[in-house]
Amino acid sequence: MYELKSVTKRYTRGKETVDALAGVDLTIADGDRLVIQGPTGGGKSTLLQMLGGLDKPTAGEVVLDGTDLARLSEAKLTKVRSENIGFVFQSFNLIPTLTAQENVETALVPLGVKVKDRRERAAEALKSVGLGERLAHLPSEMSGGQQQRVAIARALVKQPKVLLADEPTGNLDESMRDEIMDVLERMWKELGLTFIMVTHDSAIAKKAPRLATIRKGKITVKENASS
Amino acid sequence: MFFTYLRRELRRRRKAALVVASGLALGIALVIVVNSVSSGMGKAQDKVLESLYGLGTDMTVTKAAPAQSSDNAQQRPRFDFDAQDSDSDAEQSSDIVMPQGFQTLAASTVTKVGEQNGVSDAVGGLSLQVIKVNGQFTRGQFQQNGDGGRQGGPGGGTGQPQGEVQGGGANFDVNNYSVYGTDVTELTAGPLTSSKITSGRTFKSTETDAKVVVVDSAYAKEKELKVGSTVTIKKVKFKVIGIATADSGDAAANLYVPLKQAQTISDQKNKVTTIYVKATDSQQIDTVKSTIQKNISGTTVTTSADLADTVSGSLSTASSLATNVGKWLSIAVLVAAFLVAGLLTSSAVSRRVREFGTLKALGWRSGRVTRQVVGEAMVNGLLGGALGIALGLAGAYVVTAISPTLEAQLGGGGGTGGPGGGFGGPGRRAAAKTLDVALTAPVSATTVAIAVGLAVAGGLIAGAFGGWRASRLRPADALRRVE
Repeated sequence: MYELKSVTKRYTRGKETVDALAGVDLTIADGDRLVIQGPTGGGKSTLLQMLGGLDKPTAGEVVLDGTDLARLSEAKLTKVRSENIGFVFQSFNLIPTLTAQENVETALVPLGVKVKDRRERAAEALKSVGLGERLAHLPSEMSGGQQQRVAIARALVKQPKVLLADEPTGNLDESMRDEIMDVLERMWKELGLTFIMVTHDSAIAKKAPRLATIRKGKITVKENASS
Repeated sequence: MFFTYLRRELRRRRKAALVVASGLALGIALVIVVNSVSSGMGKAQDKVLESLYGLGTDMTVTKAAPAQSSDNAQQRPRFDFDAQDSDSDAEQSSDIVMPQGFQTLAASTVTKVGEQNGVSDAVGGLSLQVIKVNGQFTRGQFQQNGDGGRQGGPGGGTGQPQGEVQGGGANFDVNNYSVYGTDVTELTAGPLTSSKITSGRTFKSTETDAKVVVVDSAYAKEKELKVGSTVTIKKVKFKVIGIATADSGDAAANLYVPLKQAQTISDQKNKVTTIYVKATDSQQIDTVKSTIQKNISGTTVTTSADLADTVSGSLSTASSLATNVGKWLSIAVLVAAFLVAGLLTSSAVSRRVREFGTLKALGWRSGRVTRQVVGEAMVNGLLGGALGIALGLAGAYVVTAISPTLEAQLGGGGGTGGPGGGFGGPGRRAAAKTLDVALTAPVSATTVAIAVGLAVAGGLIAGAFGGWRASRLRPADALRRVE
């Protein structure tokens, strides 16, 4: 469970100061599915980085299961990320020189999983996203949708508590978008994880049970009864 | 994962890897060539020095010749021949044997030197110069003029017979050669140690006063001497027992005789010109030198290092080039190669910001990311090292194969007592001599170890550049910068 209390993130560039997040309060229960929307530069990605322990707030608390991520050392934060949080990025962020299977394995490396086990689990994760035949393919040999599915497999192979997706369909066409959203939704349901996604896509936002909108660092959350 | 990732990454960036490795290889190859050429120079110099006072000698003790003065005219060799009748075919011969170059030292000095702290062994030797004049010296004949020989001047003339001296003169040759009196009981030191007996045998320790001689091969060839022949020095006949060939191609003396015989023929009883000293510890040579100089006054102690300073000519020029220009060139190339390797690695990290940011987001610790970067740089360094060693070995091989001949001039200062002229025994004769030495470039295990060390250092420096950048990457910044 996430609890964000008065989270502020301030960026300073020269004499100019910008509050990407300005006193955000937000609670996300375990197993929730939250979609975050908002204009470009509104603070969506910054919020996601706070939730993922990739960055620390200037002020406020980001509490995950009772631990304030803002107060953790870099090493402990790294541990939290490696064990509990899966990331999916808009640009897939696969390692270009590694095969699909090896890319998925990179998520298990920090957990100290043995090589054989690591390979099996990576292969299993790729099968679960429909890429069982593409284990030895390099990212450059796959379509955008396939690459994003590899990225999803990489995020989920360690069975995290939280899945954070930053515009996962932003670089995909419509059919690919639906395909990826189907995979993500299925995984969320199957694994019972907390799924937080940033998107510009209104069609996706409409289907979300909870929709948070960020404008100028301020957040408003709306429950969607129809979803 | 470490090795898979490393291998794939190096394959992907093979051009950059090749640039880094080539730069390092060039620097390392230069270090190997310069090092091995320097070592070759050292060996060549040693060879030159060995020709002067043999193997295993750490220093020589001599007494410098007195300064030139008008009195010295008396010391110059002087030959007196009586002219013979013009019809006489008899040859006259005279030889003078004198110590070469230095004042003599009492043989007891050898014992005294041997007793000094740090001296392992001291052996005396007498270096002699023999000048032999051999030929005919005939008187001229007075011939009277045909008119009876009387030419009267105004007033009646002088009454003296008139005529001219005809014929007479001299026909002679001068043979100048060197003789070295060696202590046959201590054949482990002295000039003869840098020669190999190529025919016959060397002295026996019992031949302290035997009339036997070992002849340098070049001199033997010139004078058509062989084992069993006889050589006469100042009317004393010596039997040739061996022919010696100098390792450097230039012998210290033409003839080697037992010390006692050398002392007898030169009227230098119980005298030596040079004491060859072996130190107990080669690291303490300077201390031993000071001790001898302090305790035995009036002597000049010359170490091989002092002697090395007197070597000039192309060997000296090349040696100075190798040690100065070569060393600095190697350092400059290495520094440049290290810098290029570091900057290229650092720039490669900059291009992989998203990659490393992603890995950190996935939970990779900074140390693991840094290790990956350093690992790649190390492989580049080792690759450069291997290439450099191969290139360096090839370079050294080429130098040895071409084997350029260098000229070494020994001494040349001409002074007395100083490095220009104050070194041991046959050194004075050698002061004006020029030796040709073939240059080799031997690659030692130490040189290869240095090269490997440099390769590792290059890799580490490059890795440090890149690793430092990678470790400082914050995942949020890394991801933000590219989105």
